[in-house]
Amino acid sequence: MTDMPIPSARPASRPLSRPGLLFALIGVAGLALPLVQFKANRIVLGEGVLLGAAIGPLGWGAMALLALALIAGISGRLPMTLRLALGAGGVVAVLLALGAAARFLTPEGNTMARVAPAAGFWLLLLAFALMATDALSRLRLTLARRWLLLAAAIVVIGGVLWSGWLDGVSVMREYEARKDLFWREAGRHLVLAFGSLGGALLVGLPIGTGIYLLPRLRRAVLGVLNILQTIPSLALFGIMIPIFGWIAANLPGAAELGIAGIGIFPALVALFLYSLLPVVSNTLVGLRGVPAAARDAAYGLGMTEGQVLRGVLFPLALPVILTAVRIVLVQNIGLAVIAGLIGGGGFGTFVFQGLNQTAMDLVLLGALPTIALALVAGIALDLLVETLEPARTERTDA
Amino acid sequence: MIEIQNLTKRYDGNTVVDDVSLTVETGQIAALVGTSGSGKTTLLRMINRLVEPSAGRVLIDGQDTAAIAPYLLRRRIGYAIQGHGLFPHRTVAQNIATVPRLLNWPEAEIRARVDELLAMFQLDPTQFRDRMPHELSGGQQQRVGVARALAARPELLLMDEPFGALDPVIRAKAQEDLRALQRRLGTTLVIVTHDMEEAVALGDRIAVMDKGRLLQYAPPAEILTRPATPFVQELIGTGERPFRLLSLSRVADLVQPGEAPGAPISAEASLRDALADCLWTGRDRLPVDGGGVVTLAALRERAAGADIGSAARASAGSPAR
Repeated sequence: MTDMPIPSARPASRPLSRPGLLFALIGVAGLALPLVQFKANRIVLGEGVLLGAAIGPLGWGAMALLALALIAGISGRLPMTLRLALGAGGVVAVLLALGAAARFLTPEGNTMARVAPAAGFWLLLLAFALMATDALSRLRLTLARRWLLLAAAIVVIGGVLWSGWLDGVSVMREYEARKDLFWREAGRHLVLAFGSLGGALLVGLPIGTGIYLLPRLRRAVLGVLNILQTIPSLALFGIMIPIFGWIAANLPGAAELGIAGIGIFPALVALFLYSLLPVVSNTLVGLRGVPAAARDAAYGLGMTEGQVLRGVLFPLALPVILTAVRIVLVQNIGLAVIAGLIGGGGFGTFVFQGLNQTAMDLVLLGALPTIALALVAGIALDLLVETLEPARTERTDA
Repeated sequence: MIEIQNLTKRYDGNTVVDDVSLTVETGQIAALVGTSGSGKTTLLRMINRLVEPSAGRVLIDGQDTAAIAPYLLRRRIGYAIQGHGLFPHRTVAQNIATVPRLLNWPEAEIRARVDELLAMFQLDPTQFRDRMPHELSGGQQQRVGVARALAARPELLLMDEPFGALDPVIRAKAQEDLRALQRRLGTTLVIVTHDMEEAVALGDRIAVMDKGRLLQYAPPAEILTRPATPFVQELIGTGERPFRLLSLSRVADLVQPGEAPGAPISAEASLRDALADCLWTGRDRLPVDGGGVVTLAALRERAAGADIGSAARASAGSPAR
C-alpha cells in the first residue's frame, strides 16, 4: 500500500456550504420582510413591522445577531454540532422575538389589537429549522440521541408556549378565547387519527395476511382498495352523508350506535377507508420480504401455521408494517382536518371557522397544531422503524 | 429406517417425482443427486411433508407418515437447508432452541443442550450464544443451521444442499465434520446435492435422479463402476471416475507386505492421496506408516474398478478426501 492521500468527499473541507448559503438567503429574506403584522382588530389587514422595530431598543441588535448566525452557516468549516446549536438556538430566538414583539407592540389595555406572525417570522423559522435538521441528518447521531433530541425539541417548544411569553401573539389570543374548546377538539383530532388507524390495523392486518397466504385473492383485494384510495376526500365525505344518514334514519338502533350522516362517525369511516390500502399492501410487502429460507426452515422445523406467523413472519415484517403505520398516521392527522367540514370535529373546526370569518389567526390555531402533530408522529415512527430495523439485515456474503 | 414407496408428485399434470421407491437403513447416509429440476428436493420435502405426495407413501420405522400431523412429524425430523435459513431476528441460542422449545423442554435442559451443540460444532458457547445470525461467518451460520436441526436429537436428518453456499475449502471441512458427526450419533441422513463429488464423499448409497425418476440407487463404488444409464455415467464424469473410485478407500485397505524408500504415507490417507504422492515423487511404491507398502500397480488396478465390493465404502471409517 502506498500512502496516497485519499481525496476527501466530505463537504466539511469546502470553504462554502451550499445548503448553508441557501438557508442564509432564506433567512436574510426573512429579516428583510416584516416579522409581524400589527392589526387594529382580528379581521382587518394590518401593517408589517420589521424585527428591528418590533421588539424595542434591542431590535436592531437582535436582527444583527440573527444575520450573523445565518452568515456563519455559510462557512463549510463550521462544525456540524455548532451548526445544529445555531439552528436550534435560532428557532427558539425567533419564537422569543415573536413573543417580545407582541408584548412591545400591543398598546396597554387594548384587547382588540392583534400582533400576528408575518412572512419574516415564517421565513426565519424555516431557515433556522432547515439549518438544524440539515446538521442533524449529517451528524449521524445514534438512535438514542435522536430520540432524546426529539423529546428535547418538544419540551423546549412546549416550554416556550407554556411560559406565557407568547400569550400576546394573535394565535395564542385566539387560543385563550377558546381554551376548553381547543383541548376538546385536540382530543377529537387524536381520536380521528388514531381511531381510524386502529380500525385499519384491526381489519387491514388480517386482510394483508390473508392475501399473502392466498395469492389468488391479491389482485381483486388490492384493486378494490386502490379504487377507494383514488376517491377524493371531499367526495368521499359527500357520498357518506346520504348513505349513513339513510342508515341512521331507517335502521333501528343504528342512530343509537352513533351512526349518522354527519359528525365524527362518517369522518372516522372515511379515514379508515383511506388507511386500508397502505396497511394491507405494506403487510403483504413485509411478509413477502421475509427470507424464503427462514420461512421454509420455520415450517420444516415443525412450527404450526400460527407459530410461523407469530414467531417468524410478523416479527420480520414489522418494520415494513410500521412504515405503513407511519404513512397512515401522518396522512390521517392531515386528512382529519377535513372532518371539520362535516361536523366531525378536530382541529379542522378552527380552520373552517377561521376561513368563514376571514380570521387567519383562527385558521392558524387549527393548522399549526395539526402540522406539529404530523411532524412529531412522522419523526417518532421513523425512529421506531429504524430501532427495529437492525434485526432484519442479513449478511449475504459467505 | 425410511421406506419410500412409489412416491409420486404431480403439479397441474406435470410429474415432478415419478414413482420413486427406495429404502434408507437406520444410521446410513443416502445422497440424492441430480441436476436442478430432477425432483430430488421435492422427494426430500415429501419425507417431512413440506410437500404432500400425489401418490405413494413414506414409512419411518414402519409408521406411515401420513398418519401423523405434519408439524408433529417435522419436530421429530431434523431439517437443514441451503443458506441455513436461520431466523435473522433471533440469537444463535434461540435459533438452536427452536425445536426443543416447540417440544416444551424444561428451560435448563434447553440451555444445556444449546451449549452442548455449540461446543460440538466448535463454537464457544460463551462467545456465540447471544450473537445474531448476521454476526457470524458463512461457515458458522451453516454450522448453527445444522446444530438447530439436531437440537432435539432427531433420529432422521434431512438436508437440502446444506453446503451449497460455502466456499470449497470450508465445504470440504464441513462435509468431513458432518460425516464424523453422523457416525458418532448414528443419525439416519438423507442429503440432497447436485454435486456428485459431495455425494461420493458422504453417501453410503447414492440415489441418482433425472426428470423425476430414480435412475440408480446403489453404493458409490457401484455407481462409479457400473452406472445404470448413460445419464448416470455423464453425471459421474469419465475424467473424474478413477480418482473418485480411489477416494473411496483408505491406504490401509490396499497395504501389502514389503519395504520401500522415501517418506511414508499414513494408513488413514485415501488411495487418491497415495496415487498423487506416487505421481508427484516419481515412486512406484510408498512405505506405509506402521509397516508395509502400497504399490502404484495396485492403485492402477483399483482405479480401473477392480476388486471393489459394495462393502468397501462402508468399511472406510473416515470421510474420503
